[in-house]
Amino acid sequence: MSAPAARSVACPNCGAPVRFLWAQAVQTTCAYCKAVLVRRDLDLATIGQQAEFPATGSPIQIGTEGRWRGTSFLVVGRIAYAWARGRWNEWHCLLNDGTSAWLSDAQLEYAMTRAITPDGPLPDANRIKVGQAFTWDRHRYEVATITHASYVGTEGELPFTSYTREICMFVDLQNDAGELATVDFSDDPPVLYVGEYCDFDALELGNLRVFDGW
Amino acid sequence: MSSVPLDPVPARVQASSLSCPSCGAAIAQRAQGWAVTVVCGSCGSVLDATDPNLRVLQQQEDAVRVKPRLALGSRGTWNGVSWEIIGFQVVTITVEGTDYSWREYVLFNPFRGFRYLSEYQGHWNVIEKLKRRPVTSTSGGRPTATHDGREFKHFQSAKAYTTLALGEFPWELRVGDSVMADDYIAPPYMLSAESSDGETTWSLGTYTSADEIGKAFKQTGDMMAPLGVFANQPNPYSTTGSVVLRRLGLFLVVLFAMLIGNVFVSRGEVAYTSRHTFVHGTDDSAAFVTPAFELKGRPSSVTIEMASDVDNDWAYFALTLINDSTGISREVGKQVSYYYGRDSDGSWSEGSRKGSVRLSSVPGGRYFLRVGPEGGEPSKPPVHYTITVKRDTPSFGFYVLAFFALTLPAILAWIPKGAFEGRRWAESDYAPSSGSDDDEGDDE
Repeated sequence: MSAPAARSVACPNCGAPVRFLWAQAVQTTCAYCKAVLVRRDLDLATIGQQAEFPATGSPIQIGTEGRWRGTSFLVVGRIAYAWARGRWNEWHCLLNDGTSAWLSDAQLEYAMTRAITPDGPLPDANRIKVGQAFTWDRHRYEVATITHASYVGTEGELPFTSYTREICMFVDLQNDAGELATVDFSDDPPVLYVGEYCDFDALELGNLRVFDGW
Repeated sequence: MSSVPLDPVPARVQASSLSCPSCGAAIAQRAQGWAVTVVCGSCGSVLDATDPNLRVLQQQEDAVRVKPRLALGSRGTWNGVSWEIIGFQVVTITVEGTDYSWREYVLFNPFRGFRYLSEYQGHWNVIEKLKRRPVTSTSGGRPTATHDGREFKHFQSAKAYTTLALGEFPWELRVGDSVMADDYIAPPYMLSAESSDGETTWSLGTYTSADEIGKAFKQTGDMMAPLGVFANQPNPYSTTGSVVLRRLGLFLVVLFAMLIGNVFVSRGEVAYTSRHTFVHGTDDSAAFVTPAFELKGRPSSVTIEMASDVDNDWAYFALTLINDSTGISREVGKQVSYYYGRDSDGSWSEGSRKGSVRLSSVPGGRYFLRVGPEGGEPSKPPVHYTITVKRDTPSFGFYVLAFFALTLPAILAWIPKGAFEGRRWAESDYAPSSGSDDDEGDDE
């Protein structure tokens, strides 16, 4: 399989080079002027300016490397959310096989998921209840939490253009095998992500942030 | 793959210094922005850590006077990973009108997140939140929970209140808030399910000795010695018991092998046999001596078997085994009797036509046997009988004795183990007779 080639274009806002790590990237943020850039073919259009990105305590950063299900990955982008218990990030990971997956770091409990096409009905946003059971791809899950989050910002390369919604609803489902499913209702139709909780050591993360004194 | 170097990102989170909106004291923020609640160390105000202005959520009275044994901000190394103590709370349950309080510490590592320590009267647990839900079952009476293939027994259900808090917490905490806590044990592990507002959080605790905690957090001076028996404290006698059991198993195998060996090695060799007839009423003249025969080898046992054809009749044989060269004799007797018939209950029989007698530790050498038959029903026909002398027959009595001698210590070893389990379960919802807290009264 062919690894994605790095491409370089200039930021239409400040002229700094913008490098795409991922050939399919649709959106990125200029590392210098924080312009949010959307790609149309090989041209970039500025669609907004990102406020100074809020600092979080995540050890993950763009450029962090890791390994999941035997395949190495590179963190290329990030979406940050805020909810009742603070913030968390969904890190956009580019796997060595060219597909993408998401690494979430809520409360420093790591989970890797990837979008799948549901082979069964998705929960109804208006009638969802904790404890309801769903089966997708022969795995059974129960609704564990329903989270209302607000969208804080993005960074790096993402497989879609920026959100317009202020409030997102997520339904997290778990099972007794440590597997996790998330339904993201901010898209229409909602998107199903499945995967599992991952032990920090099992992810074999490299190029992490450095914390003073740690 | 082509690895693309990235521009260096400022890889550091500024340790923000904020002050308490209630009393103005500096608020340490150690959890790199992951805390949800922070409690001011000076005035005890409960603050919203997700609010940039640290909104005051609650005032607290007693916080400042309590000093956690492990200080906030101190670090310990656990399994090679460094953890910092960032939060402390006192949790209280009420059982039969008595309050029991324990202390909980929140540990933080910026890469691995949160762990917890609990401390109750010198008993410590290292606790980790579970991301996998254990499977619970109530079939068969007492509820159980299964996690990682291990079955946990339900120990206690109680409503647990936060009665005091200090520092940072990764959840929304208010003093006075309660959770419904269900504990399941499989020492040294404990599973706890804490439920509130329809959400259940599972965690796994591992019993850890006070010395290990003291060493990990570099405590100078002795840690408090544990009082009583804690729910998931490993039974110190359980290993003794299993060692004894394993040893017992080994001994029993050896014993069994010896028994089998003995049966085979024991030649059961016929040293002498002869057939005779005894006419009733000739008691005085019927005695005779056999020709000499050889009993070989080391001192071992000798069995003399008598097989007769007594028929609703009996006979007694006085038997004397005499060493041909030393004259040393061993005298035994054997009676055979066999009766049968038919009555209103059907046919019946009693006794046996055969019998045997065993002499132990007979040295090797030449022997002869004096046989003196007597008794019997005078009207009965003569008794035909065969005498067989066998050398070195296995002694089963030894094995019975050895079996008891070996099992007794194992049984004794189980007694303290059982007593320990009794003290453990006396503190549970399943105490044999609830309300008997005699042992605990001395702890105050």
